[in-house]
Amino acid sequence: MNNGDHEVLIEAKNLAKRYGDFTAVDGIDFQVRRGESFGFLGPNGAGKSTTMRIIAATLTRSGGDISILGKDPEKFGPEIKAHLGVVPQADNLDQALSVEENLYIYGRYFGLAKPFIRTKIEELLEFAQLTDKRSVKVEALSGGMKRRLTIARALVSEPEILMLDEPTTGLDPQARHILWDRLFRLKEQGVTLLITTHYMDEAEQLCDRLMVMDKGKIMAEDSPAGLIKSYSSREVLEVRFGSDRNATIAPQLQELVERIEVLPDRILMYAEDGEALLHHLNEKGLHPMTSLVRRSSLEDVFLRLTGRTLID
Amino acid sequence: MATRLGSLKLVDVNTVKRRGAFAVVEARMMVLFKYIPGVVSAAVANPLLYLIAVGIGVGKLINHHSGGVDGVKYLAFLAPALLSTAAIQNAMDEAVFPTLEGFKWNKTFFAMNATPITGKQIANGVLLAAMLRVLFSVTVYGTIIFLFGGFSSARGWLAIPTSLAAGAAFGSFIMGIAAWTKNDDQFFMILNRFVMMPLFLFSGTFYQLSTIPIYLRWIGWLSPLWHTTELGRYLTYGHHISPLMFVVHIGFLCAMYIFGIRFAHVQFERRLAK
Repeated sequence: MNNGDHEVLIEAKNLAKRYGDFTAVDGIDFQVRRGESFGFLGPNGAGKSTTMRIIAATLTRSGGDISILGKDPEKFGPEIKAHLGVVPQADNLDQALSVEENLYIYGRYFGLAKPFIRTKIEELLEFAQLTDKRSVKVEALSGGMKRRLTIARALVSEPEILMLDEPTTGLDPQARHILWDRLFRLKEQGVTLLITTHYMDEAEQLCDRLMVMDKGKIMAEDSPAGLIKSYSSREVLEVRFGSDRNATIAPQLQELVERIEVLPDRILMYAEDGEALLHHLNEKGLHPMTSLVRRSSLEDVFLRLTGRTLID
Repeated sequence: MATRLGSLKLVDVNTVKRRGAFAVVEARMMVLFKYIPGVVSAAVANPLLYLIAVGIGVGKLINHHSGGVDGVKYLAFLAPALLSTAAIQNAMDEAVFPTLEGFKWNKTFFAMNATPITGKQIANGVLLAAMLRVLFSVTVYGTIIFLFGGFSSARGWLAIPTSLAAGAAFGSFIMGIAAWTKNDDQFFMILNRFVMMPLFLFSGTFYQLSTIPIYLRWIGWLSPLWHTTELGRYLTYGHHISPLMFVVHIGFLCAMYIFGIRFAHVQFERRLAK
């Protein structure tokens, strides 16, 4: 519990946040260890961002306990923040300043010396692939560049924990992949990452361990592979019989496998061997308009746990 | 990114606790320097226009008819009021707009608050930066008044510190209001027209407060402009005020500043924790 890879950096017990009658975080427990990449997966409104803000010492809790680096955020806010790098959901870069100036002034907020920041800026610009944009005003950057700059900014103080709230929401696929690559490099260097996302592919790519959240509660917690193993089959057969027929044919399909999910546009059938199941379907005279065999994903886990899809 | 340039304890939180507000000032100055032509031309053009129109035009009229006001030339009478007005206007601009920007338009205060910098320090930094701009503007203004021959003696420069007091008292208070207000669309327009204008017109700026009917004087009593103008006139040319009123003026300004900055601290902390 104290040293090396097993050191617990964040520990929450029965953590809760209420706004009047509304409960945003409903008594959750979790631990994050040094060097881990820990993800909060859940739909919008699951309580992920609220939990992140409590960890970041910018929001007070309504109940339970939490310690970050062994300290209570309500008593030692600045002491904890000194070791955190925060990438918020919405970019809050200084629009009036250039790329370089944004990095510089953020270093100053941490009380860092100018010569140190000057050296650090070069390293961060290269990391964020923004060296040739250094003098450009922030408002002229693309969404992906702003995101990378926000991440670079959060690294200026060499934080122990890097917190990313929905890091790739609103980015195009190419920009997302560049960002994942950068985050993966940080992970390789042993930076502890804390990520919230409602994208299952992002969670699978980046997280060692995941906490699936819904309506302020923890639904499950494990590695992405472990979650899939516990809550889904190896493969999924997706079939479409046409939107008006899907519901009527569902009872027949239900008899063939342990679990099916009927979505508005398609039916998901859970099986160890998808191809064999499809073959079996054809033998029975059930011919779907389209079919697709794929491996189970976290989306299936979430569906199983909550009965809903991640992105409604 | 493979290397750590600093030690594991790179950030010294005590440094931030001592100097965090100055980092906020540095950020404000970096932004302000981008608009330096605008800042300088506003600092020069406003006083020039006022002094030509009111100081010289109206002043000539008054000096001709009654030989001045309160025993001095009209411009010497007017100078402390003009400087305080400029200080209040500049403090308002620099306290209100960066605050609205930091909380609402750009959310830069939330970025600052993700570092060890506290809401209190952000408020102090914004006010301090505003006061630097006020100092610059009133110094330019004072120099122009001096060149127009508006100071009856070297004591005329003493109106600069009194105008700074007006800026600090009003600036801290208005910054708290800017942090408190959720809907800024109408608010500051209304404030400008229905609060700033009456304050400017009824605070003994162009004539002594005692010349207007008693039922309008309360506007002056509640205005930092009147209190600093009275102090300024006392210091620059010996305008008569009783020892009691001297204490009242200083006390009012101190109270407004202390209340203002405390109010701002509470509003900043509250807004950041929402």
